[in-house]
Amino acid sequence: MTGAASDHPARTVVVHCPDWPVVAARAAGVVGPAGSGDPVMVLQANRVVAACPTARAAGVTVGLRRRDAQRRCPTALVVAHDPARDARWFEPVAAAFDVLTPGVEVSLPGTLAFGTRGPARRMGGEQALAERSGWIASGATGGAAVGVGVADGAFAALLAARRAARHPDQSGVPVVVPAGGSAAFLAPLPVATLTLAAVDVAVPADLTDLLGRLGLRSLGDLADLDGADLLGRFGETGSLVHRLARGLDPRPLAVRRPAPDLSLSREIDPPADHVDRVALVARALAVELHQHLDGEGLACTRVLIEAETDHGETLTRGWRHEGTLGPAAIADRVRWQLDGWLSGTAALRPTAGIVRLRLEPVEVVAARGRQLGFWGGETLVDERVMRAVARLQGTLGSGSVRVPEVRGGRAPGERVARVPVEAVDLTVSRPAARMEGDGAPWPGRIPDPAPAVVLADPEPVEVLDRRGFPVAVSGRAELSAEPASLTRRGGSSGPLQGWSGPWPVDERWWDPVRHRRLVRFQVIDHSGVAHLLMVEAGRWWLEATYD
Amino acid sequence: MFDTGGMAVAAPDLASLALLGQRSRPLVGVCERLLAVPDALADLLPHGGLQRGSLVATGGTAATSLALALVGTTTTTGGWVAVVGLPHLGLMAAAELGVDLERVLLVAEPGPRRWAASVAALVDAVDIVLTCPPGPVAPGVQRRLGAQARDRGSVLVQVGGPVERWASAPELVITATAATWRGVGWGHGHLRGRLAQVSVAGRRGADRPRRAHLWLPAPTGGVQAVATPGEAEVAEPSRPAAGSRPVSLVGRAR
Repeated sequence: MTGAASDHPARTVVVHCPDWPVVAARAAGVVGPAGSGDPVMVLQANRVVAACPTARAAGVTVGLRRRDAQRRCPTALVVAHDPARDARWFEPVAAAFDVLTPGVEVSLPGTLAFGTRGPARRMGGEQALAERSGWIASGATGGAAVGVGVADGAFAALLAARRAARHPDQSGVPVVVPAGGSAAFLAPLPVATLTLAAVDVAVPADLTDLLGRLGLRSLGDLADLDGADLLGRFGETGSLVHRLARGLDPRPLAVRRPAPDLSLSREIDPPADHVDRVALVARALAVELHQHLDGEGLACTRVLIEAETDHGETLTRGWRHEGTLGPAAIADRVRWQLDGWLSGTAALRPTAGIVRLRLEPVEVVAARGRQLGFWGGETLVDERVMRAVARLQGTLGSGSVRVPEVRGGRAPGERVARVPVEAVDLTVSRPAARMEGDGAPWPGRIPDPAPAVVLADPEPVEVLDRRGFPVAVSGRAELSAEPASLTRRGGSSGPLQGWSGPWPVDERWWDPVRHRRLVRFQVIDHSGVAHLLMVEAGRWWLEATYD
Repeated sequence: MFDTGGMAVAAPDLASLALLGQRSRPLVGVCERLLAVPDALADLLPHGGLQRGSLVATGGTAATSLALALVGTTTTTGGWVAVVGLPHLGLMAAAELGVDLERVLLVAEPGPRRWAASVAALVDAVDIVLTCPPGPVAPGVQRRLGAQARDRGSVLVQVGGPVERWASAPELVITATAATWRGVGWGHGHLRGRLAQVSVAGRRGADRPRRAHLWLPAPTGGVQAVATPGEAEVAEPSRPAAGSRPVSLVGRAR
């Protein structure tokens, strides 16, 4: 192979804290500290993202559905995943490494990498550097499990670090792969580990799945293939995984150091002391950077984010992505980095607001362009929708944009839930939003059509009989008299044109807290508008209107 | 000008190319600038659909159902609908009126100060925005929203509420009046369908009011035209199902 010497990636240290979301949740006080009773698992969009060792020992794995995970470990506390929390609590760890090297790169909260070249010389060798890194990290995380790996390139080093972290009896002992030994180290590992190389886009899980079904079980099998065949069959991703499996830098040839004029900076006036304001600027800046790069046919894989305060303090952190960093990804990383800085401990926190933000693409590759989905999948419109959603979340706060999901239920309001858009993936089809999701029979449900206006809080009303007395409903759903008139809160009152019912509902009698007994009626008021009324605990409520 | 030597070849920006293609076209037919609506409503609307870039208001006693029926076809053909505010919208009714809930975004009430910005962000991205302005809309704001909607080809639909909040009247005002429900008697039955007189008025080819009797919703679901004017006066809907009895029996169980 020609140019093999330049093909070998730089020696890299990776410090990896397994299940960082759990550590961050504990540090943030969402759940009790380690060793204080219940196991913990962190979920996102109904899937396990991380679990503590106790839960893992009970069989909880990443990607497991909530229900299965809870069956395997019923005592586990469930925590919602919060990337901002993870990043915020990882920032002190990254900052602790500043004594070793200025070039610390965070690939994801929980994992950081830096080149060994300078620091190893000062520390007296890679082994010593790795051990030192392990001490620093476990000191900064408050004694959480940490794995340190040294190898050629970030991918092999990450796998070495994961092996070090998972080692049952020798935790804390770093795994150092000798120079040039990455290929041999990687060869016995399963192909599924390739998905770890990319944070999300570069190696999709279904590719490793397919490779496994084609009989390529280990990275060694993959490395033995001819690169041209993989390129021909799987395109650019195929050649990327081939290079990774052989322990080479995934994209050495395409990488260019960009001209310095690609970096962008923006003044923030008045100084921003809240991360939300910086995040807005960051988003705009990231979009601008993306457009500049796009115009040159480039995409960014490593970016340096630099924030400067009014008092001249700066925080610079490199972020790396084996895929490419889009505008939203860059904006997210700015938010993560500054969230950790601005809301960190007093020793870490800057003394003034942020006045300047600078983005510098450190490493760029030729943009491959993206094939948009033909049937379904990601379409142009979908991407626009995602952008609008991100924008609204920025201005209105997270949780302000929701999507419907069909659930079972008897009350008109509980048949469709409003799920925060963060919890779902809009680019794939969502069976949960289809009417088939509502399969079970719900005896006692009001038949179709459903009311078009459903009040979140039912409105108290009065229903009177012909003589002007309130209509009462007995415990056996018997009426004291026929309803004759409806009086609403605004004072509008009139005779009913029709009524129907009662439909009694006795829900969740097994649950003392959520047990409900009520009776529903459909009525048509004096102006011809139909309403859904209910009687609960002796009072009449207007629940919905057939507008 | 044509010297491209040494220039990096950029990845083609398909979106802007498509937009450029659309803009440089000599003529755009009205039909291409339409969003499809159910047949019963298509007969009523001036061009047989919702004109992209327009502002539509629904009103009357069936305003919400009307608005939902209008957007249903768009969602089933791959378009997106965003709902800004309207916390009381019955989503089950939306699904019954033909809306594909997979293509619906629900945005929390943004408050009067952020309403215009939120709607503007969505007009850029989705095909239809359902909303109700929380207060009077300034002429400048309406002009900006209108220009954006025309540029992107989206439609803004006001669901209920006074039309006078807009500085200039909406292009189309669709009103449901004289709605009568069928299926509920005096102590028996259940709601099945509603007959409503739907009238359309407005500018741009709709200056002559049109009206028709519609089932909204029909006893069989969805929105349907009433076949003959006489049917509106017939007391019972065309298909009274026998399956209704057990329901009232359940209710009466002692």
